[in-house]
Amino acid sequence: MTNKPMIKASGLHKRFGHNEVLKGVSLEMSKGEVIAVIGPSGSGKSTFLRCLNHLETIDAGRIEIEGDVLADTDAGGQARYAPEAEVRRICRRMGMVFQHFNLFPHMTVLQNIIEAPITVKGMSRDAIIPKAEALLAKVGLSAKRDAYPARLSGGQKQRVAIARALAMEPDIMLFDEPTSALDPELTGEVLRTMRQLAEEHMTMLVVTHEMGFAREVANRVIFMDQGEIVEERPAAEFFASPAHPRSRAFLDNML
Amino acid sequence: MDYILRILPQLIDGAGITIQVFLITLVLAVPLGLALALGRISRWPAVSVAVNGYIWLMRGTPLMLQMLFIYFALPFVPGIGIRLPDFPAAIVAFVLNYAAYFAEIFRAGIQSIDRGQYEGAKVLGLTYAQTMRRIVLPQMIRRILPPVSNETITLVKDTSLIYVLAMNDLLRAARGIVQRDFTTSPFVVAAAFYLLMTLLLTWGFQYLEKRYAAHDE
Ligand SMILES: Nc1ncnc2c1ncn2[C@@H]1O[C@H](COP(=O)(O)OP(=O)(O)OP(=O)(O)O)[C@@H](O)[C@H]1O
Ligand SMILES: [Mg+2]
Repeated sequence: MTNKPMIKASGLHKRFGHNEVLKGVSLEMSKGEVIAVIGPSGSGKSTFLRCLNHLETIDAGRIEIEGDVLADTDAGGQARYAPEAEVRRICRRMGMVFQHFNLFPHMTVLQNIIEAPITVKGMSRDAIIPKAEALLAKVGLSAKRDAYPARLSGGQKQRVAIARALAMEPDIMLFDEPTSALDPELTGEVLRTMRQLAEEHMTMLVVTHEMGFAREVANRVIFMDQGEIVEERPAAEFFASPAHPRSRAFLDNML
Repeated sequence: MDYILRILPQLIDGAGITIQVFLITLVLAVPLGLALALGRISRWPAVSVAVNGYIWLMRGTPLMLQMLFIYFALPFVPGIGIRLPDFPAAIVAFVLNYAAYFAEIFRAGIQSIDRGQYEGAKVLGLTYAQTMRRIVLPQMIRRILPPVSNETITLVKDTSLIYVLAMNDLLRAARGIVQRDFTTSPFVVAAAFYLLMTLLLTWGFQYLEKRYAAHDE
């Protein structure tokens, strides 16, 4: 059980109309790993992440989460998904943090965090509130417990979004450019929170343009371009000497 | 002044009918409209096409025609042939008609909610029904309050259409007295009643808008 990969994706294909966005993407991720996904705009990074937790459906390929099959290709080459309840059960093990936070604006910070544990897991308020408060303390926002999202800065919103995802006790956290919508001076507080999560051995798949974060926190880097994984190496190696000309060109551009 | 006090009881009786039609229509048309709105955005094409056709029919023909049809023509429609008394006939027509208008308001409200809200809910494990109930509808309500307020005020005045079914609503009561006493002051009193009702509604909706606005700053 422990050495089953957390995520095992093989040969993912995805197209939007005639636009082939994923052309056979594969990834294996083990427990506690932090992987940074980088690459130029439009290369399919978000789509890849969103396919893993069923926000998009794949056309072909196989996705396994902790050994459970979410989707697989049938004999006709078409992806088939597990029954709906099973899909829901599997996807619940993955938390996700979005570029634009997607907090619920009609709920306070605390309500945002306890909503899913109560509605989805059926937890009692008494059981979840202390946990939610502990999570808020962890992301440094205890003082904002009863504020509405409209009152928060972007960095604070994103930290609430992280706490909200963690309240469901996911085994894997997916991040899609969590700092890209933030003013530069606010990215630090979010990256600190993520770094702390990584130190606690959370399994994290992070699409990011923050090369510093990728270099220092990620174990592995995946470089995507035009719907394919062009290069996949330990972070230190990748940044020291990117092998593929396209990764090199991309890094030169970034730094 | 004495005269007005004298005709007041009759007018109040009429206002009673008007208020009944108004309240019953509102209480029934809002949930039906919500159901229609959900049907309209349903992923089953058959459902959304059927609801679309219904809304087109109800908004595309006069309410008065619909009321006359239900009261006078429905008894003769083969296979249906229900004869409704005037009050229920009026209510059925109003509910069916207003539900169509509410449905369009609700649909626009639901569709104005950002896709990110659905995705945020989905990745937390909420089902579609939970997402609607907990996330989408509460946000939708705030946005649709102004158009719903409009529609509700229109309903107050539309209730006077039951006049054609010879029911003694506020307007008909006023007209009866006008014809009897050769004075137009009952119309003025009736107008005052309508104005009072719409004023109360306006205040009510203003209060709701304020309450629901609490969370954006
Ligand atoms: N819902 C959609 N419908 C149609 N096309 C889409 C959709 N989502 C993404 N695409 C297209 O898929 C391609 C890959 O998009 P994706 O968002 O995955 O790229 P990305 O690597 O995340 O880029 P960025 O760095 O700009 O976020 C793009 O060409 C995009 O236009
Ligand atoms: Mg993206």
